[in-house]
Amino acid sequence: MNKNMYEWTLHEARQALRDGQVTSVALTEAIFERIEAVEPKIDAFITLLKEEALESARAADAAFARGEDLGDLHGVPIAIKDNMCTTGIPTTCASKMLENFRPPYDGTVVAKLKAAGAVIVGKTNLDEFAMGSSTENSAFKVTRNPWNTNYVPGGSSGGSAASVSAGAAYASLGSDTGGSIRQPASLCGLVGLKPTYGLVSRYGLVAFASSLDQIGPFTKDVEDCAIMMNAIAGYDVKDGTSIQQEKPDYKAALIDDVKGLRIGLPKEFFGEGIAQEVKDAVHAAAKIYETLGATVEEVSIPNAGYALPIYYIIASSECSSNLARFDGVRYGFRAPEFEDFNDLFAKTRTQGFGEEVKRRIMLGTYALSSGYYDAYYNKAMKVRTLLKQDFDRAFESVDVLLTPTSPTVAFKIGEKTDNPLEMYMSDICTVPINIAGVPAMSLPCGFSEGLPIGMQLIGKHFDEKTILRAAYAYEQHTGYAQQRPSL
Amino acid sequence: MAITIKDVEHVAKLARLEFEENEILAFTEKLDAIVGYVEMLNAVNVENVDPTYHILPVKNRFREDEIQASLERDAVLTNAPDRRGGCFRVPRVVE
Amino acid sequence: MSEMKFKTLVGLEIHAELATASKMFCGCTTTYGGDVNTHCCPICLGLPGTLPVVNKRAIEFAIQTGLAFNAKIAKKSKMDRKNYFYPDLVKAFQISQYDMPLCEHGHVDIETAAGRKRIGIQRIHIEEDTGKSLHAEDGSSLLDYNRCGVPLIEIVTMPDMSSAEEAGAFLELLKSTLEYIEVSDCKMEQGSLRCDVNVNVVSEDGTVKSNITEIKNLNSFKAAMKAIEFETKRHVELLERGENTLKETRRWDDAKNETFHMRTKEFVQDYRYFPEPDIVDFEIDADWIERLELELPELPEARKHRFISEYGIPEYDAGVLTSTRQMADYFETLAIRVGDGKLSSNWIMTELMRRLKEEGLELDALRFTVEQFAELIAMVKDGTLNQNAAKKVFRRLFEEGGEPKAIVEAEGLVQTSDTSLIKETVDSVLGANPQSVEDYKNGKDRAFGFLVGQVMKASKGKANPQVVNELLAEALKNL
Repeated sequence: MNKNMYEWTLHEARQALRDGQVTSVALTEAIFERIEAVEPKIDAFITLLKEEALESARAADAAFARGEDLGDLHGVPIAIKDNMCTTGIPTTCASKMLENFRPPYDGTVVAKLKAAGAVIVGKTNLDEFAMGSSTENSAFKVTRNPWNTNYVPGGSSGGSAASVSAGAAYASLGSDTGGSIRQPASLCGLVGLKPTYGLVSRYGLVAFASSLDQIGPFTKDVEDCAIMMNAIAGYDVKDGTSIQQEKPDYKAALIDDVKGLRIGLPKEFFGEGIAQEVKDAVHAAAKIYETLGATVEEVSIPNAGYALPIYYIIASSECSSNLARFDGVRYGFRAPEFEDFNDLFAKTRTQGFGEEVKRRIMLGTYALSSGYYDAYYNKAMKVRTLLKQDFDRAFESVDVLLTPTSPTVAFKIGEKTDNPLEMYMSDICTVPINIAGVPAMSLPCGFSEGLPIGMQLIGKHFDEKTILRAAYAYEQHTGYAQQRPSL
Repeated sequence: MAITIKDVEHVAKLARLEFEENEILAFTEKLDAIVGYVEMLNAVNVENVDPTYHILPVKNRFREDEIQASLERDAVLTNAPDRRGGCFRVPRVVE
Repeated sequence: MSEMKFKTLVGLEIHAELATASKMFCGCTTTYGGDVNTHCCPICLGLPGTLPVVNKRAIEFAIQTGLAFNAKIAKKSKMDRKNYFYPDLVKAFQISQYDMPLCEHGHVDIETAAGRKRIGIQRIHIEEDTGKSLHAEDGSSLLDYNRCGVPLIEIVTMPDMSSAEEAGAFLELLKSTLEYIEVSDCKMEQGSLRCDVNVNVVSEDGTVKSNITEIKNLNSFKAAMKAIEFETKRHVELLERGENTLKETRRWDDAKNETFHMRTKEFVQDYRYFPEPDIVDFEIDADWIERLELELPELPEARKHRFISEYGIPEYDAGVLTSTRQMADYFETLAIRVGDGKLSSNWIMTELMRRLKEEGLELDALRFTVEQFAELIAMVKDGTLNQNAAKKVFRRLFEEGGEPKAIVEAEGLVQTSDTSLIKETVDSVLGANPQSVEDYKNGKDRAFGFLVGQVMKASKGKANPQVVNELLAEALKNL
């Protein structure tokens, strides 16, 4: 291969390790070289873990020398979004509130990666507490899109997306509550999967909206995505919403065959709010699927238009409760001056949280407050039922749905920061998926003025395999996965 | 339904947040816009529709009553902003 | 102001810690005591990223409590978040139950001076306990989260009690029932049983009603009863003056024997209840309930009635013996071994319980086994020992322990029923006490008792009292 090491895909890097072509230490050093080169331009990381990473790499090399092989992630540099708990290492959620918080435990998915021998290179930047669609809400730094550093990488997992896109990690973990993996994947030209709710453990993920949050991977291609899913998916006794079922081998889904696959295009996702170039790219993808033997038909998700209000009520309500624990008593930021304990709480929270976080806490508190519960939270949960039924109905006649991921390509830094509602509209294609709990993947399907366009494949509950197959086939017959920013 | 500054002040108390005089108006306006937006749900007919609090048909997820190791106290207190005598220290808690 | 008659309405809200080994949502131990903050983990500390998983045994204990109190067990139930800010509440919400509690509409029957009375139980639900704050000398508070996450049941009664006595009777029955079914050790001094009281009064004709007062900080059943009496008086006095009580929470001060207004909370409480998204719903089917019901031991009332009919003991005794599960088990073991319920009951009530009370000890502190006790009582039953001798042996067993037969031998306590021997003693006593003989013949019955005592003394307490009585009476007749 005449690519730079950092340009390899995850499976190429792993193969090189297996072939003895390169050591994990060399691989890790190459990644850190790349990090040093690109970080000044993209600012993807909050914490870099060079010492720890090299130690893991050395351990991997020693294991290889003993003939051990922990699997497809062994010795491979990976990045983790900074809202997942890592023992002894700052887990800041990009907030002043947790700037120096060092969890005394590993989240389940982090533990799984460690057990798989992955080399963790650092914790990536995000919108504060995962609330946002551009990573501009981080209290520490703004991450930039590697395709054009004047543009946002998307959010909230902007750092995880930018790091993989720029070659600063072979894969990364993000979290998705309303699109926070898929939308940055779309804006950064990556494969990003939000698994079915309950498939991947949330234990260790700092909760935003408990009913909607899921952890998922960012990768350069679909095969890498399958590898990551094999490592992170599965029942966790510590997560009461995690599903007990036989764990499939996601790599077995990587079949270049979509003959007879029934693809539905829900008309509500191609409306006025979607940029023309995005619609065109997705329709072009649909045409490619047809040439590959799939059938494409129009379907309808009639209540899709209500997804955003449902989302904002549910997510804000739950986050207002989830973030109430940040009171300055046991960990995290504490206001330097206060009179009594209620004042301690108020000053700590006012000084520790950023504006968007406060806005969502306020919205959620309002929606749950006395007299409003039925009108907002309970109502949203009922309309949720209708939306879920729409998806169930659609999946009676098709196997996957195909939609745009984001209504536009990346937008300029600062462009939408003054208008929260406009920013919320970035999620219009992604939030219905979280509300229905179904899995969905974004993968690149075109470009517009040098910025990536992503398409979204949506599957039935626990049918990641069909999504992977459809994505893999598409990828095999197009060249978007191979394109990388010229950073 | 319009959100007023009074509403914001009341909700802020519930949420233990404080707003400066010079920011509360702008905040109220932004919040009002969002609440106005989400009120489009008022139009949806949900007669005889049950709420979906849990998306997956799982019930009765339990753990056995078994003791597991607790954290060492140092780990418990490791991020404490103020500690004394093995405890977390705060201003006087009045019953 | 005319003397109106008032009825008192008392409702109770009881929290009991469940006797599970581990906490409600994590594996930390629930053991009491322990150095501060050593029974904590990321989950019960509410650290970011942690999730609760429900302890099955806690749910089962709650259901069993409902069964013991004749409540309806919900087919569908769930957990909810109760949101408020407090330093001892680590997540700033308590996982509790709001509108779908595990049990509803139960009752217990208490004994009152006027007969049996039914007290309604509105609901029983499950929730987690909070941490505890300790006051430091410098005016700050120190937080210990060892108790945070311990499972609690909350039992809410209807306002069916009309007096302090009824409340006391209810609380005793509640405590003994919970101990019987072993769901809680009910130690108020350790905080595993807490009680808040709601009181108000209504005029007999229903026209005048006082506002309900909630009373907190009650550390014993006695305190609860005193507080009810105090509040009843306070309510009545205010109403008679044409005033009314405030709807408020008051704190009972045990030292001053009165209630005080509790500082009203600065912030209006709006708990913003919503279903706990991290915990899926419960479905409780008939099979599960049946299995739990079979697991239940015989309850106090039923056991009492069985003791009356099976062992032929009076109701009062049966009530005392069944007041705790421990004592009921002890009695029954003893009665079966001895083969005589009445005798066993007498010995427990007159000797054992007296000594236990005097020394302030519990049954588990006894230095002798129930088998040894049975041996002793059997020796009384078969005439080997008379009552006095047996009491001597009991005293030794209680204070030092040992083997009853060995003690009897060592002290030569076997009573003698040897008629000729006793007759000899009787004759010599009669000879030595002519005045008493004279008194007896003159109708002074007390003299007889005196003479019996002298015979017992002469025989060093070993003579069989019945035989002494017979022989003495006969001898006196012949004089």
